[in-house]
Amino acid sequence: MPDYAWPDQEHRTLIGKRITRVDSPVKVSGQAKYTYDVHRPGMLYGKVLRCPYAHAKVVSIDTSAAERMPGVKAVEIVQKPNANIHWAGDDVVAVAAVDEPTAEDAIRAIQVEYQKLPHLVSDAEPPQGATQEEGPLSMNDIDDLLDNQVPNRQIVEKIQQYGVTEKPTEDKLKSFKSSGANDAVLNALREATVHPEAASRPKSNYEKAAAQTVGDPDKAMAEAEVVSEGLYGVPVITHCCLESHGTISEWPDADHLLTHISTQNVSGIPGQMAEPLAIPASNIHVHQDHVGGGFGSKFSPDRWGIFTAQISKKAQGKPVRIMLERDAELEVAGARPSAYARVKVGAKRDGTLVAWQSESWGTGGPGGGGMPPIPYVFTIPHQRKEHTAIRNNIGPARAWRAPNHPQAAVLTMCALDDLAAKLNMDPVEFFGKNLDITKPRQDIYREELGIAANLMGWNEKWHPRAQNRSGNITRGVGLSLHTWGGRGHNSDCDLTLHPDGSVDLKLGSQDLGTGTRTCILIVAADTLGVPMDAIQLEIGDTTYPPSGGSGGSTTIGGVSSSTRRAAVDARDLLFAKVAPTLDAQPDQLECVNGRVGVKGDSHRSLSWKEACAKLGAMPITVRGTNPDRTKPPDLTNSGVGGVQMAEVEVDTDTGIVKVEKMVAVQDCGLVIDLKTAESQCYGALIMGISYSLFEEKVMDPTTGRMLNANLEFYRLAGFNDIPELVVHMMTGKGYDERGVIGLGEPPVVSPGAAISNAVANAIGVRVPFLPLTPDRVLAALGQKAGA
Amino acid sequence: MDDDDPNLKHPSDKQDNSGVSRRDFLKISGISVAVPLVAGPQAVMAAGQQVPVYGPGKVPMEFTINGKVHKASLEPRVTLLDALRDQFELTGAKRVCDRAECGSCTVLVENKPVYACSVLAIEAQHKAITTVESLMQAGKLHPLQQAFVENDASQCGFCTPGFVVACKSLLDKHPHPTPEDIRRGLSGNLCRCGTYAGIRQAMAQLSQKGA
Amino acid sequence: MRPFEYVSPTTKAQAVSLLGASWGGTEILAGGTDLLALMKDDIVSPKRLVNIKNIRDLRGISSSPQGLRMGALTTLADLADDAGIKKNYPALAEAAIEAASPQIRNMATLAGNLCQRPRCWYFRNGFGLLPKDETGNELVADGDNRYHAILGNEGPAKFVSPSTIVPVLIAYEAKIRLEGPKGKRELPLEKFFVIPKSENEREHDLGPNEIVTEVVVPPVPNAKIAHYEIRQKDVFDWPLAVAAVALKMQGSNVESARIVMGYVAPVPWMSPEAEQALTAQPLDQETAQKAAEAAVKDAKPLSHNEYKVQLARVAVKRAILKAASGGAA
Repeated sequence: MPDYAWPDQEHRTLIGKRITRVDSPVKVSGQAKYTYDVHRPGMLYGKVLRCPYAHAKVVSIDTSAAERMPGVKAVEIVQKPNANIHWAGDDVVAVAAVDEPTAEDAIRAIQVEYQKLPHLVSDAEPPQGATQEEGPLSMNDIDDLLDNQVPNRQIVEKIQQYGVTEKPTEDKLKSFKSSGANDAVLNALREATVHPEAASRPKSNYEKAAAQTVGDPDKAMAEAEVVSEGLYGVPVITHCCLESHGTISEWPDADHLLTHISTQNVSGIPGQMAEPLAIPASNIHVHQDHVGGGFGSKFSPDRWGIFTAQISKKAQGKPVRIMLERDAELEVAGARPSAYARVKVGAKRDGTLVAWQSESWGTGGPGGGGMPPIPYVFTIPHQRKEHTAIRNNIGPARAWRAPNHPQAAVLTMCALDDLAAKLNMDPVEFFGKNLDITKPRQDIYREELGIAANLMGWNEKWHPRAQNRSGNITRGVGLSLHTWGGRGHNSDCDLTLHPDGSVDLKLGSQDLGTGTRTCILIVAADTLGVPMDAIQLEIGDTTYPPSGGSGGSTTIGGVSSSTRRAAVDARDLLFAKVAPTLDAQPDQLECVNGRVGVKGDSHRSLSWKEACAKLGAMPITVRGTNPDRTKPPDLTNSGVGGVQMAEVEVDTDTGIVKVEKMVAVQDCGLVIDLKTAESQCYGALIMGISYSLFEEKVMDPTTGRMLNANLEFYRLAGFNDIPELVVHMMTGKGYDERGVIGLGEPPVVSPGAAISNAVANAIGVRVPFLPLTPDRVLAALGQKAGA
Repeated sequence: MDDDDPNLKHPSDKQDNSGVSRRDFLKISGISVAVPLVAGPQAVMAAGQQVPVYGPGKVPMEFTINGKVHKASLEPRVTLLDALRDQFELTGAKRVCDRAECGSCTVLVENKPVYACSVLAIEAQHKAITTVESLMQAGKLHPLQQAFVENDASQCGFCTPGFVVACKSLLDKHPHPTPEDIRRGLSGNLCRCGTYAGIRQAMAQLSQKGA
Repeated sequence: MRPFEYVSPTTKAQAVSLLGASWGGTEILAGGTDLLALMKDDIVSPKRLVNIKNIRDLRGISSSPQGLRMGALTTLADLADDAGIKKNYPALAEAAIEAASPQIRNMATLAGNLCQRPRCWYFRNGFGLLPKDETGNELVADGDNRYHAILGNEGPAKFVSPSTIVPVLIAYEAKIRLEGPKGKRELPLEKFFVIPKSENEREHDLGPNEIVTEVVVPPVPNAKIAHYEIRQKDVFDWPLAVAAVALKMQGSNVESARIVMGYVAPVPWMSPEAEQALTAQPLDQETAQKAAEAAVKDAKPLSHNEYKVQLARVAVKRAILKAASGGAA
């Protein structure tokens, strides 16, 4: 059996080093082609007429004027009369025209009559008595739960408790599976009690989504020596990908579709387009070179992706492009659910956590949503938790980098930090003291806490709350812990060795700018002992072996494992061909520095090219797969720990918060490329600062519209809002041998909590909700009069 | 409105102006008072002189982009950004906000950085337009681009060309920029992946070396 | 954007005659940073765009013993970089470089800055300058008014005046010159801004066929002048409050003061109360605080913007103290 295991430290030439990203040159020179940049011959420009109301029924649509316009090639009614629309900005009619101005004119010429219906766009605390018991679940409810990334365990509990309104078909189950349902959910659905009569039950805006009790929380809380109560929360924010969502579809012939799409999920797109287009998935060719951000919002073809194909068909198969405008991108193409909670948490005088009680609520738009995993990281022995999901008309939620975790971190770590303050304990000591209930990662956290405290200069900077104040400028520090799974997804790759020594590698994966291309090449080059630029890597196309979607920090584990297995198999096949020439057994051979030779005998070797010439006339192609139990060991793993600390400066006269420094200490098992891994952490800290200080999807109560669907009032942190950032990756013994674990999500979890805690440390009171804007900070300071 | 006023028959009111009906177009309040239109194509009388009128239909235009002449027939409402991207396949400048808010479309006009999304193509004619595509010479990256590569200053890369042009212009003005120069000079560009740390390192490296 | 025809007059008279006599049909294109966004969002939809950038008479900065003259087409970058302005009107240069981003400063003109439309998010989303939904509900008072006016907001106009350089220009006693079909006129800059009472009015004292030709500032004032902005982001962010002050001194006491706030009212807001509070007083923390209190004494915050009262107060106080300690940073 070949040895697929990751090489140990002294046998790695590239893995774990700081390697420069291979896709940088095309990006810095403007040559990288994104879907938005693809200009197909004869391409038509699509535009979408969007509903201006948050909740409405389509009464009538008149597209005749648009259809008569010169240059308009197709008009597609997406939502027909009588359709109910549940959020402003939802698509109603799409058109395609010879150029963009003409398409805009056509949209303006369409008349739609709506009947306005009452809407709710608030996610404020549910009024007393408004909450309805959850009833039997419709298949739409299940879709919504999955869209909202509600943990599978919670979905199973609901199904078992309430049953369903109809028996799911096998096709439906398959689609649930592709949306993230695990086998437990599918089995629960198969076995659920069916209550067809409940299908017509009117739905409240407020549903009790979770109620859990662990241990004896009442007794534990009564016996707790110190109890802290507080209100915490994070609003709905958007993904705000700089490259908006969009697709270009064309029909090379009547049965085959070619789609360029901005996606995190190249291999998964055909399967999702096949059914609505009524063609086999194998007839759908998807291609993407680069993607301008996804952050969890680009896994599906989207309705607009489907209708580019439908419009193209109407327009004799010509390419039709729809890229969302910025306002639509922010209104309809993804949002992170909000989460708020009243939390009560109790400890012994020595800081030992004993009891947790929370009443939480939040919205993921029409789907409501589930309870974030609280208390987060710390398994407090006695808990009572209730969560109310608010179904409203703000538009649908999508997975947002580390779904549910940033919310859980704020609700938990801020509550614990307030408790530490009440105990007069330094949070490093307090969190450190409770690490026993973070099993199995207590040792990781302990080591990381120490490193982070050193890098932050925590001992010099921390002070009891609101002390060390002079004048209106005050500083504070805060911390947070986080975790994430990150096991590698399914990935296949084909590696071909050619007799001339060239190597190519093909995967249907995608590089979100995380370093995926670079890491694949590192693994292949390290294994084959050739330079990275000797390997021709192709990704982003459905003609290549499929790889999973890039979500949940699953890509690196998947593609590195499949690449490693393919490269090892190819190498061993080559060894078998070369061994007779070198008068050695295949298992005596190694390939390093562009040569294939006998281990320990530098005289018996061939150049890579000479070695490959021994393949004969035909190239050899091997398929690498992850997971692959026939080719152990498991090269990927799950479950990381990270600690972050923030230092802030607050102007107590203006309420303006500036982050002064952040430290991220992060474990992700075996690091493939230290440089791009660190960049993931830097990026996550920056995104975290942005959502902690600035980001919020602002909805108008009267009109139900998003008020800040632009980049002037949907503020993203700028260059100057970012302070000194320190990133420390945990590597070496204890980490490397765990295998490869994903890194996209974990470092973006903690910034909100760490920054909020730093502000509380600085100003002496908790600002309950993110973002930490001047109005909220001043309100927390009690609107201190006087400048 | 006096729609029948023969003076209001507009010379440029051609049928290829599909977006607005002729009747709508004529409903420009006040123009009949202010502008005694005269016969003669593509011009109106204003203060006793003929002033050429362009559009609303397509107008032949000529641009000097990265030292090369490019021609296209465009409506006046087409922005420089859309002309670059859709007509000339210069897709380095990106359309992100399309409202002068994010910097992803940054190009140089007469050597000054501007937002191409907020410049009409028609007014960018006969001016020196420089896009990110011009920085690489003979297949070799500009030192600034090289510094971006070495310091991992791009992730998804969608904001990167705009940042590169903004940095180029900053360094042209201040070869050894101070932190304050950088603070001002890079304030007009936004990134979502969080590449500011890499860009800062790249700028630090260049400000020491001089670029 | 809707289609439009485009004209590029070369004289002021041509420009005036190419503009329509009522709003709606024509718009003036200068830097375009605001206008193109308004057109893309269908907030304005001119049938004709009058590009004034080829009018030479509208360009240039000149200083003389009579004062400073800035042509309408002066860009914010020109204002920030001009040696004379930096030397003699440093608070203006500072306000200009604090504005927006380098790209915008290279494009945006002085006249465009004065004539830019409010950033009110109801206005920008198409609900009108005095925002109502189609059933006539007024939107701002019941809606999200966190960025709206705290002063001068009794009528239907609740937006805030958007220019960040206007307060300091008013502190410098700038005058604006306009030219229209009836000839030229000159106004103190503060009179150029008006609070509209109905949807068909605009927020400037500017006829639809008038153009801003230049702004003039009196000779270098013998006064302590400063500008202060409170922004949430470090740079390139619309402020939450702006204050500009000009303090004429007699010995160590204030002889007279001009105190102007931005981002608090539908017009740049001059505060006679604050000016009064400082007059004949020495400049110190205590008098600055009193003047700041006076500046917001009549503030009537809306449902979500009480914090802006505090920010306006802080901005005024800090501007006074900054002026006291020597003006521009």
